Amino acid sequence: MPFKRYVEIGRIALVNYGKDYGKLVVIVDVIDQNRALVDAPDMVRGQINFKRLTLTDIKIDIKRVPNKKTLVAALEAADVKNKWESSSWGRKLIVQKKRASLNDFDRFKIMLAKIKKAGVVRQELAKLKKETTA
Amino acid sequence: MSYKYHQFQVVGRGLPTETDEQPKIYRMKLWATNEVRAKSKFWYYLRKLKKVKKSNGQMLAINEIFEKNPTTIKNYGIWLRYQSRTGYHNMYKEYRDTTLNGGIEQMYTEMASRHRVRHHCIQVIKTATIPAKLCKRESTKQFHNSKIKFPLVFKKVRPPTRKLKTTYKASRPNLFV
Repeated sequence: MPFKRYVEIGRIALVNYGKDYGKLVVIVDVIDQNRALVDAPDMVRGQINFKRLTLTDIKIDIKRVPNKKTLVAALEAADVKNKWESSSWGRKLIVQKKRASLNDFDRFKIMLAKIKKAGVVRQELAKLKKETTA
Repeated sequence: MSYKYHQFQVVGRGLPTETDEQPKIYRMKLWATNEVRAKSKFWYYLRKLKKVKKSNGQMLAINEIFEKNPTTIKNYGIWLRYQSRTGYHNMYKEYRDTTLNGGIEQMYTEMASRHRVRHHCIQVIKTATIPAKLCKRESTKQFHNSKIKFPLVFKKVRPPTRKLKTTYKASRPNLFV
């Protein structure tokens, strides 16, 4: 019931609307009730509305408004990229991206793989059924 | 971030006459949506201060002033004079923003919403960047906390682009964070 993800300096958030959609940004300072100053290694530090952010579980240890070098160093130290990509949320996003970028031949390969997997599952199921009836 | 109000520096003077060969040059910093409006506002204010009009004056320069540090948060104090339904009043308002233009835009929208004062009834007297110690309003001072921490209480799931917006939804939204 209590809140687990807070808006605080160092919180990593995902941008879910707008030009920077899909980026992971660090909340570097809070402007007012609705806006935060965010920063990422590949963008100019700017303001963004909280409505455009979804907070993640990851938080790094930085002071208020660090300069770009300190920020990048802190991100490396906390190993944010790997933590994100190994989290279930991060993995799902990677899979979504992969699926969206498939070409027809890849979709054909996936179809074959799915059929093969279903065949193996059905064989095992048949075996189990035989054991229970026997 | 595109701002509605731009800050301009407008410089003008009255036309030189036989009695006054070198009239005094006046410079104003004001906010307007575009250059044309800025020049008009300049003459409006100058008329109220000096005996000069656009017809017997000349514009010398108009430059847009851009924010020096748009990536740092500042506390802006704005002194303004506005016309209400019953008379003129002075006001001092504080805003936290990254740029002065953003702060001015906040001021105009807040005056419109809180006091029903339209843009043309507001005159900006003075603006200043206030250091955190000298801020007067609680609503700006509450953000002067280096360990600020608060949860986002309502989460509204939005489609990531306006194109994917639908009028009807199958189920009621779950607003829990």
